[in-house]
Amino acid sequence: MSGVRLLVGTRKGAFVLTSDGTRDEWDVSGPLFAGWEIYHVNGSPADPDRLYASQTSGWFGQVVQRSDDGGTTWAPVGNEFAYDGLAGTHQWYDGTQHPWEFARVWHLEPSASDPDTLYAGVEDAALFRSTDGGHSWQELSGLREHQTGEQWQPGAGGLCLHTILIHPEDPARIVVAISAAGAFRTDDGGETWRPINRGLRSGELPDEDREVGHCVHRIALNPSRPDVLFMQKHWDVMRSDDGGDSWHEVSGNLPSDFGFPIAVHAHEPDTVYVVPIKSDSEHVPPDAKLRVYRSRTGGDEWEALTNGLPQSHCYVNVLRDAMAVDALDPGGVYFGTTGGQVYASPDGGDSWSAIVRDLPPVLSVEAQTLQ
Amino acid sequence: MIRVVLPHHLRTLTGVDGEVLLELDGQPTQQAVLDALEERYPVLRGTIRDHGTKKRRDFIRFFACGRDLSLQPADEPLPEAVASGSEIFRVVGAMAGG
Repeated sequence: MSGVRLLVGTRKGAFVLTSDGTRDEWDVSGPLFAGWEIYHVNGSPADPDRLYASQTSGWFGQVVQRSDDGGTTWAPVGNEFAYDGLAGTHQWYDGTQHPWEFARVWHLEPSASDPDTLYAGVEDAALFRSTDGGHSWQELSGLREHQTGEQWQPGAGGLCLHTILIHPEDPARIVVAISAAGAFRTDDGGETWRPINRGLRSGELPDEDREVGHCVHRIALNPSRPDVLFMQKHWDVMRSDDGGDSWHEVSGNLPSDFGFPIAVHAHEPDTVYVVPIKSDSEHVPPDAKLRVYRSRTGGDEWEALTNGLPQSHCYVNVLRDAMAVDALDPGGVYFGTTGGQVYASPDGGDSWSAIVRDLPPVLSVEAQTLQ
Repeated sequence: MIRVVLPHHLRTLTGVDGEVLLELDGQPTQQAVLDALEERYPVLRGTIRDHGTKKRRDFIRFFACGRDLSLQPADEPLPEAVASGSEIFRVVGAMAGG
């Protein structure tokens, strides 16, 4: 029997939410790693019982946990993320140069074909890879050592590498995104990288054609059409039809084009979801109404999805890694909020209900489709 | 016998309930205690001090005999009462945050 397992990272532990294919009733278990910040939990597409979690703490640093049985038992694996060679410096908030310092793992992305291979996107921005199930990590330092690295500047949340998209047909081709440096792509498995930010316009940058310095919040794709990328930038929702070589804006009729997450339907590559947020000053939904916006035209034309979502007095945010889709039919959509709610829609966004309402602030949501 | 008490989150991480008892050869120092602790529980590597530099993490302190030993050189001998096991060497997480 098919089902869905949601892997939810929060400010105070991880939670696992499971349901059968109807997605009507949910079992909520947790917290795992209670009291720790769980930035991300993700499963291997090659072995859904293999899970990895990024467990972090301002006091005790970084731990990576691994489960081989779908989340029933966990054991810590390697937590040494050493920059390759001399780490150098990047730009600090005040414009001075600042040493690269590891803070935490924001995002874990397992390989599609090998449960022992996974990537970690970290703060300060770098990409690491493990090929032994997380026991050891090696930096793909060609990214951090890109000639623009000294110009990279942290966003308000830190200089974080938060998005890792592995091309489903060519795993040597990887797109990553860094706040607030922008998007980068390798076509050779991580040896060399180049910025892919042409067409992005960031009002705070005097040079509108600047190669880096763009605050990309999230990028998503549909695996059946992997060269079409959708981006939620700080402001603006963007689309690329050439793997990131160029971008054009598809914000269209959104009430605000500021936001954090973006997701693409599992079966409909032109169906895209965003959660508009009023502004970068307030970080709350416009008009205090929590609305997911769906485009069925690959952008530009958006409809508000409100059925089951609070339409008054709502002041939560939805963070960049806190939205996911499942691969059932009809496709499900999920997101978690800073107010601790996890909402589910088993019908592609037409209707929503809260699986759980009072978790700690949600940092990330991943959906595993179980067959 | 050196008696070590870890903060709550490191006890849950290691699965330790209560004190950790360590046998050390020679004069115990902060560095020797932490080396032995990490040898016993490899998961603690990186959580109390930095992997590479061995520098104490900012929000970690060491207390024993009613004194803050955090700023003491890592290779300086610990008080005799710690070495004899009559006093506990405490690893403490700073009271900060929420």
